[in-house]
Amino acid sequence: MNIIVIGLNHDTAPIDIREKASFNGPKLEEAIDILKNSPGIKENIILSTCNRVEIYANVTDIASGSERVKKFIADFHRIPEDLLNKSLYVHSGENAITHVFRVASSLDSMVVGEPQILGQLKDAFDIALKMKSSGVMLNKLMKKAISVAKRVRTETKIGESAVSISFAAVELAKKIFEDLSTKAFMLIGAGEMAELAAKHLISNGVKDVLVTNRTFERAENLAREFNGKAVEFDNFLPALVHTDIVICSTGAPNYILVKDHVHKIMKQRKNKPMFLIDISVPRNIDPEINDIDNVYLYDIDNLHGVVNINIEERNKEAEKGEEIVDEEVETFLKWQASLNAVPAIVALRDKAEAIRKEELENTLRKLGNLGEKDVKAIEALTNSIVNKLIHFPTAALKSASEDTEVIVDIVSRIFDLNTGTKNKSEDPGDRGNDEKQ
Amino acid sequence: MLPIKTETLFFELALTLYFIATIIGIIGLFKGKKDTFKSILVLAIIGFILHTANIAVRYIEGGHIPITNLHEGASFFSWCIVALFLLLEYRYKIGLLGSFIMPIVLVLMLSSSMFPRGISPSLNPVLKSYWFGIHTILAFLGDAAFAMAAGIGVMYLIQERYVKSKHLSGLFQKLPSLQSLDEINYRLISLGFPLLTLAIITGVIWANTAWGTYWRWDPKEVWSLITWLIYALVLHLRLTVGWRGKKAAGLSIIGFILVIFTFFGVNLLLKGLHAFV
Repeated sequence: MNIIVIGLNHDTAPIDIREKASFNGPKLEEAIDILKNSPGIKENIILSTCNRVEIYANVTDIASGSERVKKFIADFHRIPEDLLNKSLYVHSGENAITHVFRVASSLDSMVVGEPQILGQLKDAFDIALKMKSSGVMLNKLMKKAISVAKRVRTETKIGESAVSISFAAVELAKKIFEDLSTKAFMLIGAGEMAELAAKHLISNGVKDVLVTNRTFERAENLAREFNGKAVEFDNFLPALVHTDIVICSTGAPNYILVKDHVHKIMKQRKNKPMFLIDISVPRNIDPEINDIDNVYLYDIDNLHGVVNINIEERNKEAEKGEEIVDEEVETFLKWQASLNAVPAIVALRDKAEAIRKEELENTLRKLGNLGEKDVKAIEALTNSIVNKLIHFPTAALKSASEDTEVIVDIVSRIFDLNTGTKNKSEDPGDRGNDEKQ
Repeated sequence: MLPIKTETLFFELALTLYFIATIIGIIGLFKGKKDTFKSILVLAIIGFILHTANIAVRYIEGGHIPITNLHEGASFFSWCIVALFLLLEYRYKIGLLGSFIMPIVLVLMLSSSMFPRGISPSLNPVLKSYWFGIHTILAFLGDAAFAMAAGIGVMYLIQERYVKSKHLSGLFQKLPSLQSLDEINYRLISLGFPLLTLAIITGVIWANTAWGTYWRWDPKEVWSLITWLIYALVLHLRLTVGWRGKKAAGLSIIGFILVIFTFFGVNLLLKGLHAFV
């Protein structure tokens, strides 16, 4: 019973390796099937996302099991082994469990706290369940990982605030307007970041989309892409009267929107709030506009400021998440250790019962004809003596605690049991060893 | 004689629960979890039930609507606010609202507890009129809507501060959006204004039946009129020139200060005909 994790992620592998190593669609089931039939690999689950590929396995032997999985990945994807090994990490024992919990809780993600990973992990688990490639150990590991992730999400604020410029813009829009589906949005100019933010706003359901550009053709193209309307650049000011959210990103060297414009517009709008986002450098909207009532102007630095605060907040929350993970790893280890005690308990019972039977038969033979009642009395006597004697070691074995392995070892030696020790790992010391290559 | 009267017991228990809810609400502003706001709601509901029992017992014992002195008035006022708070929380689920409303309720209840509490057996003859019930209940329901609008207004001003200053920390995440706060504020004033209008109209009619004149420029009447004008202005300016957001929130707070002055200040500082409540 050894859990190992072998995989690569955004930190350890460049995108081309991640692409090559991914298990998509039918490849996934094929791979699970191959691993399932590999000797020494008792259980396996494959998690494959755009940022990571990981194989969770329960192997009979850590070293040979890891080698087998590594070789499998290389062979399956036809990646030269030495190239692949540069990107792979291998965790076993406690570190493997910690790793799985951290991945599920999104503490190991590129954007800490992003929520997709948990769903992806659940999907991977579902496929393993469907293909019956996972068993007691990995099922418990997955269920626990999912509950740890939920705990981290509810007990910390890890996923609470936006950590990208475009999400921050949407989050702010929602804090100003509540319902975006009745709001009109205008994109002034173009540019990668502006278009991304525009897309986010549109996917959050703004009602009307207007696009304006000094080159009208460019405006028309973007309008088509966004399912909106193109506005002549000379006419954008009057159109602002009916616009609630503006993203501005033009190459103009000066302000294209000044206080006077907005004062007039606000009067015509009867002071309905406006949210202006200026991501142009140099700025295109006079910063003093922010002083007008019901007008909220954010420039690129302001948005960066918001994002930075949020990232700091997330990192602080991630520390709390790590504590929760540590706590849960400990309870998982206890559960695992209590499993280690089961074979020893069974062996102890079997041995005691065998001795009792043997001695009982000997004695009964020597005593000769006894009444049925006497035989029963003697049997009951031996039973109760044996049960009472093995009660104490059994209880000690059952009480799951961190020193179970030591107790299993002691009990095994004292009673000369040979089952309990056999399928345990070679040396408790190498649990949790990390080999990073 | 019981050592403590039932209605007093109900009152004190309700007051205690409102007190605890206020404390939790204020702590909740600094480190609130979802449970915090749920517990405020539960405390407010139990407090409200006990409070209702207190008013019911006084009604039965006195044989008339128990809004005849400052103790009863302040108590009924807070009862209306809690009722409206529970309705609003049910409808909009604002969570943080309790942190801003329960302090108002607590202050009113504490002041109520400091006024003489006797149930007057011989009712002022002026109050023996069905206009009395209609007028007072309308007035307090309207005032409760204004109290709520003021609480929402404070929340608006705080949230507006966050968005304007671009420091999106603290309560920013927990407070509702500016638009919904502004809308709720507007709806509350649109609810309170007709109630206050009707209260003044019924008051005028009642004055005529009781004293033979419609309007005597009594301080209570004057201050009610000023309050009415303020809220009329709030609504008028919003509809004509779009005085919304910060200005509307600010005015709704000023309006509520006037409400409170009309209620307590006039009775305690300026003596007039309207000497009961």
